[in-house]
Amino acid sequence: MKSGSRLEKLLNQGEFVVSGEIGPPKHANGEIIREHARKLKDYVDAANLTDNQTAIVRMSSIASAVHVMAEGLEPIVQMTVRDRNRIGIQSDLLGAYSLGVRNVLCLSGDHQSFGNHPTSKNVHDIDSIQLVKALKDMRDEKKFICGEEIKENEPRFFIGAVANPFGDPFEYRVLRLEKKINAGADFIQTQCIFDMERFEKWMEMVRERGLHKRAKIIAGLMPLKSHKAARYMQKYVSGMIVPDEIIERIEKADDPKAEGVELCVEQIKHLQKIEGVAGVHIMAVNWEEIIPTIVEKAGLYPRPKVL
Amino acid sequence: MIVAQGKPIAEVAKMIEDANKILVVGCGGCVTVCLAGGEKEVGVLASALRMLRKKEDKPLETVEVTLSRQCDPEYMDQLEKYVADDIDCIVSMACGVGVQFVAERFDKWVVPALDTKFAGGALEHGVWGERCGLCGECVLHKTGGICPIIRCSKSILNGPCGGSQDGKCEINPDVDCAWQLIYDRMKSLGKLDKLLEIEPVKDWSKSRDGGPRKVVREDVMIK
Ligand code: SF4
Ligand code: SF4
Repeated sequence: MKSGSRLEKLLNQGEFVVSGEIGPPKHANGEIIREHARKLKDYVDAANLTDNQTAIVRMSSIASAVHVMAEGLEPIVQMTVRDRNRIGIQSDLLGAYSLGVRNVLCLSGDHQSFGNHPTSKNVHDIDSIQLVKALKDMRDEKKFICGEEIKENEPRFFIGAVANPFGDPFEYRVLRLEKKINAGADFIQTQCIFDMERFEKWMEMVRERGLHKRAKIIAGLMPLKSHKAARYMQKYVSGMIVPDEIIERIEKADDPKAEGVELCVEQIKHLQKIEGVAGVHIMAVNWEEIIPTIVEKAGLYPRPKVL
Repeated sequence: MIVAQGKPIAEVAKMIEDANKILVVGCGGCVTVCLAGGEKEVGVLASALRMLRKKEDKPLETVEVTLSRQCDPEYMDQLEKYVADDIDCIVSMACGVGVQFVAERFDKWVVPALDTKFAGGALEHGVWGERCGLCGECVLHKTGGICPIIRCSKSILNGPCGGSQDGKCEINPDVDCAWQLIYDRMKSLGKLDKLLEIEPVKDWSKSRDGGPRKVVREDVMIK
């Protein structure tokens, strides 16, 4: 056991895990996070707290995680390398661990030009793979990035990284995943899957290189609320592929939201059959409350217990 | 070379609004090549400023000179004879380096007429692109000759990020993804295996993060 987190234990038990995602608010009151956490806690095994997603200033992911833990839900703290240098990052990691955080997801972070402070400076002192390695070295080598020894109480995180099967260059995506795993990633969350064919092709390459045995691959999903949202992502969110059939299906439906749920449930059932997929991560952006319905309909409720 | 671009004339006019006589100094180096601050641009800026001031009924006198380079004390000596007592302000049309060399040398109010953009080169006539972030420790041998520090919007050393699609960077469809370029190049050179090595964290102390830098070459110093 590396971190002893619930997520790690369930994955080691061989359970098909379900995680959710909570977007922290653009203000200083944590009640909304707690409310989401209360609603989600019996339906997901852990929940991501995003780190100033799309470069919009929000409550910090670590502070949000504390709210989530207070409601009995396990957090996965997202940490980008966009806003902090290696000093800030390591310091925040020590703090997060001291507060009870055990899962960290390492990301590059969306470029600040997308957010509400486009004139800010971006840091990128280290990159996401170097962050994964830093977390591993802190845990397994008891060392800071500079090489200095952590004499006691080293942070022992379950280390997450992201992979995007829909980004380019496609052939290199699996090699880069391997690089992340070599750097120390224990689990991987993927970008939202809409193009199942491409995902399956990617998983095939993942299996060819045996990567699913070295890290737990958790497939990312996003329930669609409307065809407009889907169209927007297809056009404007780079690194995402949304096939027309999916958009049309939602557009034609009498009840688009219900269709979105239905589609997500189908995707989950399909993913469960793919060798090497260890769970699903449901990103219901601004629609957190739908997650219980999806989990129930997919037959994934009640959630397994840690043995 | 250093690529620079002229500031809007109105902005320069505002900087020199209190002056009656100015010295406009061009540079024969990079900014001549990138058509921003050479002899021709000196003439254009000086006459534009004069015209503006004439309209305002506050005539402006200008002296124009273009040095071979402004980033060299040797050429500053040549400037000396133009820096007369009645010059109220020196407008430097060099990059930020030249402006500072002029300001360091003369006890005058010195203002920049250009915005210094980046270290780059001409991509086609009238278009210049950034190529080097002046990081202090070049890694181009590891990346097929494409700079990840400045051409990747996130300076990723183990790229690409998840936003790379169709060869373009997530920030803008007009921007090539540096890591797509690196991948293509390493592939065509048969060196993809090199990209599998994890590039360790960079020593930014060799870059601007270590404070103002200086290169000292004792072998060429005149004792
Ligand atoms: S690696 Fe550094 S020195 Fe080399 S081109 Fe890039 S920024 Fe310039
Ligand atoms: S899309 Fe490419 S160039 Fe842009 S930030 Fe990502 S890796 Fe760098």
